[in-house]
Amino acid sequence: MSKLHEVFAAAKAENRAALIGYLPAGFPSVDGAIDALRAMVENGVDMVELGLPYSDPLIDGPTIQAASERALEAGITTKLVLATVEAVAASGAPTLVMTYWSPIERYGVERFATDLAAAGGVGVITPDLTPEEAGPWIDATDAAGLDRVFLVAPSSTEERIAVVTGITTGFVYAASLMGVTGVQSVSAAAPALVARTRPHTSLPVAVGLGVTTAAQAADIAQYADGVIVGSAFVRLLLDAATPAEGVAAVGRLAADLAAGVRRH
Amino acid sequence: MTTTESVRTTLPDALGHFGRYGGRFVPEALIVALDELDAAFRAAQVDPAFQAELTHLLTTYTGRPSPLTDCVRFGAQAGGARVLLKREDLNHTGSHKINNVLGQALLTVRMGKKRVIAETGAGQHGVATATAAALMGLECVVYMGEEDTRRQALNVARMKLLGAEVVPVTAGSRTLKDAMNEAMRDWVTNVDSTHYLIGTVAGPAPFPEMVREFQKIIGVEARAQVLELVGRLPDAVTACVGGGSNAIGIFSGFLDDPSVGLYGYEAGGDGVESGRHAATITGGSVGVLHGTRSYVLQDDDGQTVESHSISAGLDYPGVGPEHAFLADIGRAHYSAITDTEAMDAFRVLCLTEGIIPAIETAHALAGTLRLGRELGPDSVIVVNCSGRGDKDVETASRWFGVLDGERAPEGRA
Ligand SMILES: Cc1ncc(COP(=O)(O)O)c(C=O)c1O
Repeated sequence: MSKLHEVFAAAKAENRAALIGYLPAGFPSVDGAIDALRAMVENGVDMVELGLPYSDPLIDGPTIQAASERALEAGITTKLVLATVEAVAASGAPTLVMTYWSPIERYGVERFATDLAAAGGVGVITPDLTPEEAGPWIDATDAAGLDRVFLVAPSSTEERIAVVTGITTGFVYAASLMGVTGVQSVSAAAPALVARTRPHTSLPVAVGLGVTTAAQAADIAQYADGVIVGSAFVRLLLDAATPAEGVAAVGRLAADLAAGVRRH
Repeated sequence: MTTTESVRTTLPDALGHFGRYGGRFVPEALIVALDELDAAFRAAQVDPAFQAELTHLLTTYTGRPSPLTDCVRFGAQAGGARVLLKREDLNHTGSHKINNVLGQALLTVRMGKKRVIAETGAGQHGVATATAAALMGLECVVYMGEEDTRRQALNVARMKLLGAEVVPVTAGSRTLKDAMNEAMRDWVTNVDSTHYLIGTVAGPAPFPEMVREFQKIIGVEARAQVLELVGRLPDAVTACVGGGSNAIGIFSGFLDDPSVGLYGYEAGGDGVESGRHAATITGGSVGVLHGTRSYVLQDDDGQTVESHSISAGLDYPGVGPEHAFLADIGRAHYSAITDTEAMDAFRVLCLTEGIIPAIETAHALAGTLRLGRELGPDSVIVVNCSGRGDKDVETASRWFGVLDGERAPEGRA
């Protein structure tokens, strides 16, 4: 069983959904991101999704765009992202990287998978890598023992869900809405999408995009195996007067959301 | 038409690959829309009713065929070569962009969508899209980098007069790349009601192939016209390359004529060695941008590097995947033209032929001046005159110091 499956199984044993928290690496600084991610884990986030900032984040809204831009301006590199993985994984929470495809291809597909596994990463979420282009990635992640997470969307047909879940390992990422990150609502399409995904896979299904509050997390926990929260954390860091206040706010939201996924 | 088809029909493959380039690198949310577009495009290609409707518009609305103009005085500056301009600048709306837009707008109506969005750099694609949207009763939103709304203010006004909403994009370099990001985000959000009318041969499959097919008419016409006028094929065909649609359009007519050299001119900005340029094939590396694999201006981490060019329409750090393929197999040749070289050629065309070209087109003209001197006086060169320069009058006036109270920077005029 992969580390991810252990976490999902443990959550299930507690009759709750797993909580997955996202932040981009290098924002507000390399160490600042590590502090915030540790605060998340200490306050009940089960898994960390570490964003690799990219210059052209096509499915990110203004919040993550702004954080990514600042991380890049401050000098984040793929190497520093891997160093961040190492630091966060040491906190004990399984750590995935979420990245657009360009940085992986540039770094070298096999090399990225090998170096991420060596840094203690457990998997990668690739929102713009289509199954049709994923051949070398499937080989590289298999060789490195990494989980590879692909997304299904409300617009996905049955055929597409079958194709996507067929190459996914770890868990399936169900995009709650048609749109970019940071929209503060979960669409009515999410439960239907999870229900349509189930027959195609025995993997856990986690819902992300638009999840902001503990109430939403509690609601999603009724029908999904995982709840993914990103922009809401990033927004707290963007709005914080000082890095320390940002870290504290991230910790509070994590605790809140952790209570949410435990609400029945 | 079929004699020029043999190379074309084999590419791209079923997944949109031109050799190692092309494909689809997009969020899953867009796949269904791309599949739907692909199906609509393929059905339309073999539907005589669609083809008749498009041909009717191209003839009675755009004003096709565009003429081929013998440019004797310009040719004299180009080593005495016989230079023939394919006059896409005379199309309605002033550039080649309308060819593709009318095709995609008809597809939009066929797919039952009511809203089109577009990215634009120079504003020519935005104007063409706003025009077609007005003609067909579609809602239209155009994303344009804030920097470009400033340097192409005339086209912003045109789009607004045509009823389109123009959204200035303030992210990143505030140019074409960022406008494309924003248009993609809109599309992911509104894909049910909206067609994203991409203006060049870039983006995910089927866009590179589809836009090529809608622009191919330039090359098909030009080939017949040059045979009629000169009695033989040209030695070379030249075009500027931003995303690459006007270049692919004219190259397509000549790809299977091995004696015809194909030359694409990229925007060299301050010079490729300066790092401030938009010469993607000349100065870039293989990567993924905006849904396709091609040459990209990027750093060692796969982060896109900002492009620089005096020409808003060429100021893009990517290029269509078919050009990457043609460059690799050596069928087409790509090189860079600096801002200064382009503006010099701009002026030569103004003064020798009475034609004010778009600054994008001026890059092809500069390349032609250089090429003509190499090929010599017996050569025949067809240049794709992709657009007219009305939108650039202010930029050019400032460059040459013809406006009251403004002087050209040293050495520029
Ligand atoms: C007149 C003109 N030529 C060329 C271009 C560059 O586009 P492409 O390389 O797709 O032809 C533009 C783009 O705005 C344009 O307006």
